[in-house]
Amino acid sequence: MFDFLKGYDLLAAFWVTVQLTFYSAVGSLIWGTVLAAMRVSPVPLMRGFGTAYVNVVRNIPLTVVIVFTSLGLFQTLGVTLGAADFTTINFRLAVLGLTAYTSSFVCEALRSGINTVPVGQTEAARAIGLNFPQVLRLIVLPQAFRSVVGPLASVLIALTKNTTVAAAIGVAEAAALMRVMIENEAQLILISAIFAFGFICLTLPTGLFLGWVSKKVSVRR
Amino acid sequence: MSGVAVTKEIPAPATGDLVVLSNVNKHFGELHVLQNIDLRIARGEVVVVIGPSGGGKSTLCRAINRLETIDSGEIVIDGKPLPAEGRELAALRADVGMVFQSFNLFAHKTVLHNVTLGQVKVRKKEKKAADDRARRLLDRVGVASQAEKYPAQLSGGQQQRVAIARALAMDPKIMLFDEPTSALDPEMINEVLEVMRQLALDGMTMVVVTHEMGFARSAANRVVFMADGRIVEETTPAQFFSDPSSERAKDFLSKILHH
Repeated sequence: MFDFLKGYDLLAAFWVTVQLTFYSAVGSLIWGTVLAAMRVSPVPLMRGFGTAYVNVVRNIPLTVVIVFTSLGLFQTLGVTLGAADFTTINFRLAVLGLTAYTSSFVCEALRSGINTVPVGQTEAARAIGLNFPQVLRLIVLPQAFRSVVGPLASVLIALTKNTTVAAAIGVAEAAALMRVMIENEAQLILISAIFAFGFICLTLPTGLFLGWVSKKVSVRR
Repeated sequence: MSGVAVTKEIPAPATGDLVVLSNVNKHFGELHVLQNIDLRIARGEVVVVIGPSGGGKSTLCRAINRLETIDSGEIVIDGKPLPAEGRELAALRADVGMVFQSFNLFAHKTVLHNVTLGQVKVRKKEKKAADDRARRLLDRVGVASQAEKYPAQLSGGQQQRVAIARALAMDPKIMLFDEPTSALDPEMINEVLEVMRQLALDGMTMVVVTHEMGFARSAANRVVFMADGRIVEETTPAQFFSDPSSERAKDFLSKILHH
């Protein structure tokens, strides 16, 4: 029944999905944190930038963002992100697009976490002479992160599935292979089921693990 | 130590007053919470601020390290006007210890780490030296055995004593106490007041906003009575509790002392 799978490298395709997810997750965690810091900063210009960024980027369809990285950044502006061959260029562009998009969601999750940190924590930190970056880095963000592990897990799961959009600019991840297989094989339902199962294998453990982490690190008050 | 009458004679400080508030005003919207406040606090002086709720006591206390901004007037600490923000304000706050009603210990850090954090990050001390100092201070306030625990594992009285140690670790010039015992169970109030009393005896300059009349009587050099955003009366504790001059203070005392 599974004979038709011969000749297709499913593992390699899913491996690209995993890599896309990993690099984009790391990137959007960093950029999202920077954005959140901007949105709560005392500098109006930074606050304005953070707010504008989030409200623009999260309202653009991901497909548009990803296609723009290829058509706009690469083909029009010649941005290659330090790579020479198309495969690598497209991969990096996809990571860039996914990061730009996902970080707006990370920012908002984190900002809601920042709002759960009682104002007294900030006041006490300021009262011992910590400056704004220190207050954020040492007191507010550690507590905020602990309270949003759950929401961030949802963002990560969404990101994992969103990597399929990278197929639009020719990244050979799982969804790209699925499209090829559906074209060539008369096994529509089975192929869909296999890929659905593959994604569940990636996301379900992630969700369960982070749910456990969330309980483990929660701050007792 | 209960028998010790803590009525230290305050010598006229040669170096000038430590804190001077001149003509300070603050509004919360329509509410004029601080009205033309003039107050001088000498080095080594213990000033207790009492009065009805909503009278501006906490706001006054918080204005001294600029957790509340003021609308007009001037606050001078140790000869320097209170900086508006940035590095200088942070440096000033490091010199002004603050103890809050709700303790505000850093919830994700151990007791020890709460007390070392400021020493390491603000005073740039070696970790080892900060640890040693923290343990000595925790010992002084009687919670040395709790050093490795998290704040939520401690009783309110213990948490507040850790908060005092955290403030003392910065070697402050002055300590501000914003209703330090108001959130405590009755049986824990004394352990905190005892630490504060000891601090007063050691010569720390203190501003204490409190409803603990016993503490005001026994530890204060001066009582400042605030109501409706004004300083209505300031005098010695003995004078204030036995023969207050203002009607407002008489009324306040009659309500709280007759049971």
